Amino acid sequence: MFLLLPFDSLIVNLLGISLTVLFTLLLVFIIVPAIFGVSFGIRKLYMKTLLKIFAWATLRMERGAKEKNHQLYKPYTNGIIAKDPTSLEEEIKEIRRSGSSKALDNTPEFELSDIFYFCRKGMETIMDDEVTKRFSAEELESWNLLSRTNYNFQYISLRLTVLWGLGVLIRYCFLLPLRIALAFTGISLLVIGTTVVGYLPNGRFKEFLSKHVHLMCYRICVRALTAIITYHDRENRPRNGGICVANHTSPIDVIILASDGYYAMVGQVHGGLMGVIQRAMVKACPHVWFERSEVKDRHLVAKRLTEHVQDKSKLPILIFPEGTCINNTSVMMFKKGSFEIGATVYPVAIKYDPQFGDAFWNSSKYGMVTYLLRMMTSWAIVCSVWYLPPMTRETDEDAVQFANRVKSAIARQGGLVDLLWDGGLKREKVKDTFKEEQQKLYSKMIVGNHEDRSRS
Amino acid sequence: MGSRGSHAARIPDADSIRRETGFSQASLLRLYHRFRALDRNKKGYLSRMDLQQIGALAVNPLGDRIIDSFFPDGNLRVDFPGFVRVLAHFRPVDDDDSSMRDPKEPEPLNSRMNKLRFAFQLYDLDRDGKISRHEMLQVLRLMVGVQVTEEQLESIADRTVQEADEDGDGAVSFLEFTKEMLWCPACIFSLGCAGVVCSQHMGVNCTEGFHLCFQ
Repeated sequence: MFLLLPFDSLIVNLLGISLTVLFTLLLVFIIVPAIFGVSFGIRKLYMKTLLKIFAWATLRMERGAKEKNHQLYKPYTNGIIAKDPTSLEEEIKEIRRSGSSKALDNTPEFELSDIFYFCRKGMETIMDDEVTKRFSAEELESWNLLSRTNYNFQYISLRLTVLWGLGVLIRYCFLLPLRIALAFTGISLLVIGTTVVGYLPNGRFKEFLSKHVHLMCYRICVRALTAIITYHDRENRPRNGGICVANHTSPIDVIILASDGYYAMVGQVHGGLMGVIQRAMVKACPHVWFERSEVKDRHLVAKRLTEHVQDKSKLPILIFPEGTCINNTSVMMFKKGSFEIGATVYPVAIKYDPQFGDAFWNSSKYGMVTYLLRMMTSWAIVCSVWYLPPMTRETDEDAVQFANRVKSAIARQGGLVDLLWDGGLKREKVKDTFKEEQQKLYSKMIVGNHEDRSRS
Repeated sequence: MGSRGSHAARIPDADSIRRETGFSQASLLRLYHRFRALDRNKKGYLSRMDLQQIGALAVNPLGDRIIDSFFPDGNLRVDFPGFVRVLAHFRPVDDDDSSMRDPKEPEPLNSRMNKLRFAFQLYDLDRDGKISRHEMLQVLRLMVGVQVTEEQLESIADRTVQEADEDGDGAVSFLEFTKEMLWCPACIFSLGCAGVVCSQHMGVNCTEGFHLCFQ
């Protein structure tokens, strides 16, 4: 027992020294740059190293699979069905042409084989439809050393397992505590900073301080997630009196956009930690928070947003019109509410690189805390942000058309698929009007001809 | 670890399903993933509601009938083998000559006869082996909705039944149905074909850009 004593103090000393060193490193390399908005480029170097390792890991797995003479499960090879998109009329005509033994001088009204078209279309959607696959995480081509994305478990060699184990060690024992410490620092600084700024008298100094407090804290949070963001076309950044719309993949979108610009947030009042943050933030500058009951009242929401937008001294509003999180391979229908207000719209496209960590929040699968933990134990969050030129509603288009125009611009820039479907399909069923359209098209084929017949 | 690990070893009875349906390993894995994605509550089977959630299927005029084909004999659940068995009907017809096949083995699910049987069942709701005029009307009504009047639809149904009916019983039996479909190549009832007659049949070329991934 006496032998332990000198070792005891040695261990305590070592612990103390290492903590001090860690803290200093943290301060110098992460927090100070965050305050001033500069970057040492450490994260970019980290990203390049990781990419090289991932490429090597995938090669090893493919080699392993080839040795066993099996086919590797390639998740995303453009779906299971290959076909050309053709219209209802064309396809049914093709079916009739190939099936008809009668002379084709007058097109028949109805054939028993017409049913084949609808049946085949139905089976295709059962096997692979555009919407369902948008609500689960995107599948990757190469493996990123996270077991959560690996479908080829059986082909891992010893070397790969060791590497994976090392990765787990680094992520959970080194990166995770670091990130949690940073996140904690960032959030507490935000709450404290905004509360303090809130006590100052209104004026330019208060605005200046408020802006920088917000930016600093968001930058710390960005580093807490090891988010490597590339901003494009920063000259198009939103200005006062405008509305910024972006596609929605996860709650992190807010942090990513707000660390590069100064926005007024819109949202529902939450309880708990979120509520504390919201109440503190609104002291420093006017954000738009709605009570739960007010959210249902669309006119009230529109009125408050319009008031905010018309005051040119107030900040641009940040809104996500999809209304729900999509898995970043497509953009779904934009709700028209924010496009009816009549302000200038600044579209922003956000595209995540799923190789380093999947940022999509599948709210039916994971709660918020689990999601944040998953984020913090991924390698990094890499994304690109494009600021698109501002758009305004033209005189001859209504809110829905304007929303679609903005949506297409965002989809095109981000390289995402532009879908007409509603993000609400995650939870609800689809409307009947779409079915009626198909029925109309088909009726024209069988009855339109009937009219010709009766005339002759 | 491996919260989402799934490979061939994890699919129950993978080998017997493959033999029965003829799907390749990779296709089977893909379908298993699809099954799991549709099974939102992770029950291990699919119910009617799971299939009704697919937006593009809900707008298909024959959507309900197609969903019904997955639940034969009044079942309320379909497990993965059942799911794959129905989809196997839509595999393209195998190239090999039917005379080379072992006559003792059952006909493959994607044979021409089985495809036609599947289509027949979409019409024949009461499973009595005949498509009556009433059943024909029902299917027509599904496909056109409210766009066509009752008289027009009745005349179309009458004409179709008359043309196909050979033994004069006022209904279309399966044999009469197959005779009507004699000239339809099986590939129009297969997935992976754009509905165009492919080069295997009647010497007509397919459109470009179509290739069979579904095997």
